[in-house]
Amino acid sequence: MTRRPDRGHRSIPDLSRREFLVTTIGAAVWLGYAGSGLATPGAPALGGLFEPTIWYGIDAQGTITVNVIRAEMGQHVGTALARIVADELEADWTKVRVVTVDSDPKWGEMVTGGSWSVWQSFPVLSRAGAAGRMALIEEGAKILGVRRETCTARDGVVKADGKSIAYGDIVARGTLRRTFTSAELQAIPIKAPSERRLIGRDTLALDIPTKLDGTGRYGIDAFVEGMVYARPKVPPTRYDSKVISIDDSAAKGVAGYLKSLALEDPSGTVPGWVMVYAESFVAASKAAELVRVEWSPGPAATISEADVQKRAAELIADSTGGSLLVDDPGVDQVLAEAKHKIERTYTTATVMHVALEPVNALAYEKDGVFEIHTGNQWQTLILPVLAKALGCSQDTIVLRSYLLGGGFGRRLAGDYAVGAALAAKALGRPVKMVCTRPDDMRFDCPRSPSTQVVRIAWAEDGHVTAMDHQAAAGWPTGVMNPAFMPKGVNGVPYDPFASSGADHWYTVGAQRVRVLRNDLAERTFRPGWLRSVGAGWTSWAVESAIDEAAHEASVDPVEFRLRMLDGAGRNAGSPPSAVGGARRQAAVLARLAEKIGWGRTTLPKDVGIGVATTFGQERAMPTWTACAARVRVDRASGRVTVEKLTLVVDAGTIIHPDGAQAQVEGAALWGLSMALREGTEFVNGQPKDTNLDTYALLRMGDVPEMEIELVQSTEAPVGLGEPATTVVPPAIANAIFAATGARVRHTPIRKEAVLQALERET
Amino acid sequence: MTNFTINGRAVWVQSPADAPLLWVIRDELRLTGTKFGCGIGFCGACTVHVDGRATRSCITPLVAVAGANVTTIEGLHPEGRHPLQEAWRELQVPQCGYCQPGQIMQAATLLKDYPNPSDRDIDAVMAGSVCRCMTYPRIRKAIKVASARMRGGETSDSPA
Repeated sequence: MTRRPDRGHRSIPDLSRREFLVTTIGAAVWLGYAGSGLATPGAPALGGLFEPTIWYGIDAQGTITVNVIRAEMGQHVGTALARIVADELEADWTKVRVVTVDSDPKWGEMVTGGSWSVWQSFPVLSRAGAAGRMALIEEGAKILGVRRETCTARDGVVKADGKSIAYGDIVARGTLRRTFTSAELQAIPIKAPSERRLIGRDTLALDIPTKLDGTGRYGIDAFVEGMVYARPKVPPTRYDSKVISIDDSAAKGVAGYLKSLALEDPSGTVPGWVMVYAESFVAASKAAELVRVEWSPGPAATISEADVQKRAAELIADSTGGSLLVDDPGVDQVLAEAKHKIERTYTTATVMHVALEPVNALAYEKDGVFEIHTGNQWQTLILPVLAKALGCSQDTIVLRSYLLGGGFGRRLAGDYAVGAALAAKALGRPVKMVCTRPDDMRFDCPRSPSTQVVRIAWAEDGHVTAMDHQAAAGWPTGVMNPAFMPKGVNGVPYDPFASSGADHWYTVGAQRVRVLRNDLAERTFRPGWLRSVGAGWTSWAVESAIDEAAHEASVDPVEFRLRMLDGAGRNAGSPPSAVGGARRQAAVLARLAEKIGWGRTTLPKDVGIGVATTFGQERAMPTWTACAARVRVDRASGRVTVEKLTLVVDAGTIIHPDGAQAQVEGAALWGLSMALREGTEFVNGQPKDTNLDTYALLRMGDVPEMEIELVQSTEAPVGLGEPATTVVPPAIANAIFAATGARVRHTPIRKEAVLQALERET
Repeated sequence: MTNFTINGRAVWVQSPADAPLLWVIRDELRLTGTKFGCGIGFCGACTVHVDGRATRSCITPLVAVAGANVTTIEGLHPEGRHPLQEAWRELQVPQCGYCQPGQIMQAATLLKDYPNPSDRDIDAVMAGSVCRCMTYPRIRKAIKVASARMRGGETSDSPA
């Protein structure tokens, strides 16, 4: 993606640009999962292999192996992507298997994030499938001695005039050598939606069986003969720490303890790390507790959450900096002259990933190649960093793929692989580095705390005339991949993953969106991409402020939103992925209102319903989402109980309905968890909470009743992993207001804040 | 050396007496279905059965299971077809799947204690098992499906 800085995330990457591998007979390299058990990679069967593109192969038994470049981290992505191929290929689904591939330049950009996988892969994989079908029909027609035009393909068989031949039998002849240039692939039409036979129909996810019996293999399960274990001593600050001395005298009494080494890291990824090695993880972990390291921690050791948020407020107060995503003329004038207006500040706390599998990696050098076995979401981001750290070229490093015990954006940053690789290089032996939970949390790339100021003005009749949104936070992309940042309308680069969402689809008159990079946040910790990224906080501000304005203007909050979702001007929407624009957002909100009987229900005292609607994350890939939260507020304690969440989501074409449903369930509950439970704070350069005894997250008893509706659509498929996260916190805050008249403007919403807000009301 | 029985097999292990059972199972016995999540008994990913009781193996020292019967996810059912595993499969419960062995092991003892668990029973017993993907609604449903089957005698081959 660094090669497309101008287009960046805003367009569907052209994965088909390079020349596809042409048909190779018996010479294909079957890169398989390093042993997760998802599928058993094997040698190509005797008799030939048809590989019309790099994305899949068909052997003489008719087995179709789909190569998946995306990380399997719970989204059943392999199943969805294989369904896309198989549908166009007219394959027999029972003969389809999936291989999650290791890193290789031939795959192009390997990233699993942004809820992009289906959206990015659909155009490529559907055409690749269609290409294979066309080639098989042509070859089948030759073999059957019939005209191609009379042939059809279905369930892995080419048929014509009462004759038929199975795909495997065509491949077995070894004569099928059809090749497709990228230009040819681009021109290949895909089927009409009415001809789809797998897309949109449920199936059992291919990754689930090994997750039920203990055979699924995650990075933490990786093993190689002769490996030793290591646990890092994570320094007191993320960037500034320098090792002064290491005293391991107390650790020497631990059986199996080997040594402790300060890592030299030319890439600057793990500065100040000391690696403690032992023959077992138990010994390494115990020894690490006994090794004493003195660091000079640097200036970040005195910075706390309040300092970071104060800096955000300063940046916002200074009107000169930042990047402008939207900059209509007249915003300040309309706001200054408006009779009806609000100005509100919204904040969010630091949020940790806490992927349940603590970060880890196994690394070793073998035959001149550095092998790194770990779960990872962005191989192409970390490979150049690893090369710099190890002082070797990228083509001598391979990342072997495993199941991920949670991604949520944590494993987009492959920084932990750097620690493991350097540990192995320093020792000269295979090293499996495992972080404990506190190591993992102290080394996390958390979601930055944010501060946002929103101003809205409206006319006497309640129609909005101006909106100004200013958002400050640490920018993950600014730190980890600055070349990936597009430019705002004022030419200043911005991090879409700390900004998108603020550039909403409401027609609000004169609009400005200014985003600011919190330099103090970035000096204190490494900000990370966390499920729903920036839209997780920008939506919090937009949907809270819109609700506040609606109430101030005495307009029903649903009606207030619907009026602004008129699809006018820049909100009209356009192909390929945003056809219909704001009108589709209005449609999901209207459907939600109808579904919950908005305005037609009588609720008990201190119970309220709040709504929120977003477009997911990015304007180029909008997932139209609307949510209603029904909450009960206990006025005595301030406790908020979410009784029900109702969501309506339009994500275009749904490939795997049950998988889609599961993603919306999980994403919405992440939103709930961040709204009411999750949050920590930096104290003197370190997160205050480093394990699950104090870091609260959603548990079984907190889960409300849920109702989710996916809109039936044949529009382009977009993303589903994150959009539902964005709507839940503001829907809850708006519901608390509906229930009590008290407004909360910070997440997580703690009881104390609710009590304070209640006091302000009375 | 410590001896105990794991999934019906007697083993002698060399790990020190104070080593957490979790790492003995994972690294010495190489049964990796049992997972490491928090190391302090607050997430449930490491849940195994010790003499039939759900136990957090990350905070259980090896010496505590000397002579005991330990069951891990690999040994819950010989073909991986415990009614809970079947229900989990049918309802497509797992997402990333990392916590699910622990969830299933915890649910197995839940159903022993409460063959027909109420929502409150499920909330209480499963509260210690974190699912970071938030598959909780499906876990709840799957427990109920398995419970109904086990009570209805639809499956009678469950050794656990």
